[in-house]
Amino acid sequence: MSDTDTAEVPDDIVALIGAVQYEEQGEFPVEQGYVWTTCASVENGNPLFWDDAVANAVTEGPIAPPTMLSVWFRPHHWAPGREKQSLPLQVHFDLKERFGLPEAVMTDNTIVFHEPVRPGDRLRTHQVLRSVSEPKTTKLGSGRFWVIDVEYFNQRDELVGVESYTGFGYRRGEA
Amino acid sequence: MTVSSARLELADVHEGDELPPLSYDVTATTVVLGALASRDWRPMHHDYDFAVNRNGVQNVFLNTPNQAAWFERYVTDWTGPTGRLGRMKFRMKGSVFPGDTMVLSGTVQAASVDNAGCGWVELLVALTVDGVLKTDCTVRVAIPTSDDDNPWTRRGDNWKP
Repeated sequence: MSDTDTAEVPDDIVALIGAVQYEEQGEFPVEQGYVWTTCASVENGNPLFWDDAVANAVTEGPIAPPTMLSVWFRPHHWAPGREKQSLPLQVHFDLKERFGLPEAVMTDNTIVFHEPVRPGDRLRTHQVLRSVSEPKTTKLGSGRFWVIDVEYFNQRDELVGVESYTGFGYRRGEA
Repeated sequence: MTVSSARLELADVHEGDELPPLSYDVTATTVVLGALASRDWRPMHHDYDFAVNRNGVQNVFLNTPNQAAWFERYVTDWTGPTGRLGRMKFRMKGSVFPGDTMVLSGTVQAASVDNAGCGWVELLVALTVDGVLKTDCTVRVAIPTSDDDNPWTRRGDNWKP
């Protein structure tokens, strides 16, 4: 997708491009038990996750599998007093509503890994809208593409990873 | 569980090399364990009735975060623990269900050294069932360039994923 053509995008959306939104603290510290459960689920025997001597030698101590990045932000299935659960990738749903596009698909998902995540880390995240396309028509329908970055940081404000999603919000039957 | 203690170095890798394939028989336990390990409570990953009667698919199916974990395991089985993932890009084409035998395969697209001296391998990894592509994933993984190199020690400007 090309960069945003601001002539084709409403001013209120242009103002959001590059802005930090939906800052969120993880509900719990990065947890060794989930590391083992995840490794068990895919039979991952990488000694970095099972053998402290290897982890100390290679990664200066235990780390979590990099692909678990988003795991640390999935909310508990239930929590006392909680009435509403926030949606992951809220910016995506905001854009669907703003443009009146009832359907959406994710066409690409890229994860970039930076500082290793370690058991005990307290991570935080936020979302950044990177671009919005002019109106497009595909075989699915008519709508717009957008790119949203979800950036993750540790308690030392070091970047630990970025997930980029390309979404296409659309209305059926206008192709 | 496999135990990976290999140490792949950049000189061992060439464009066009193929990774050993990994074949795995997916069960309902595979799907449910993977979903719960990734804290994905959505019912299409554990509730057969919901998957079939609400989603209109044939069964519960592997979720995306757990597929990412399968790709990571596949790549680091090959590199050993000194392999450090830099970047993964997914394209989902179809679902993986209990009863499927999924096969992961990979090909080296490029091997290079960046201007910070870090060795990088670009891989194209495919997840297929009965020869049909379900997910493909391009992976950029750093591996040592020499006996005394370790990509995990790289930080800041020396880490360019």
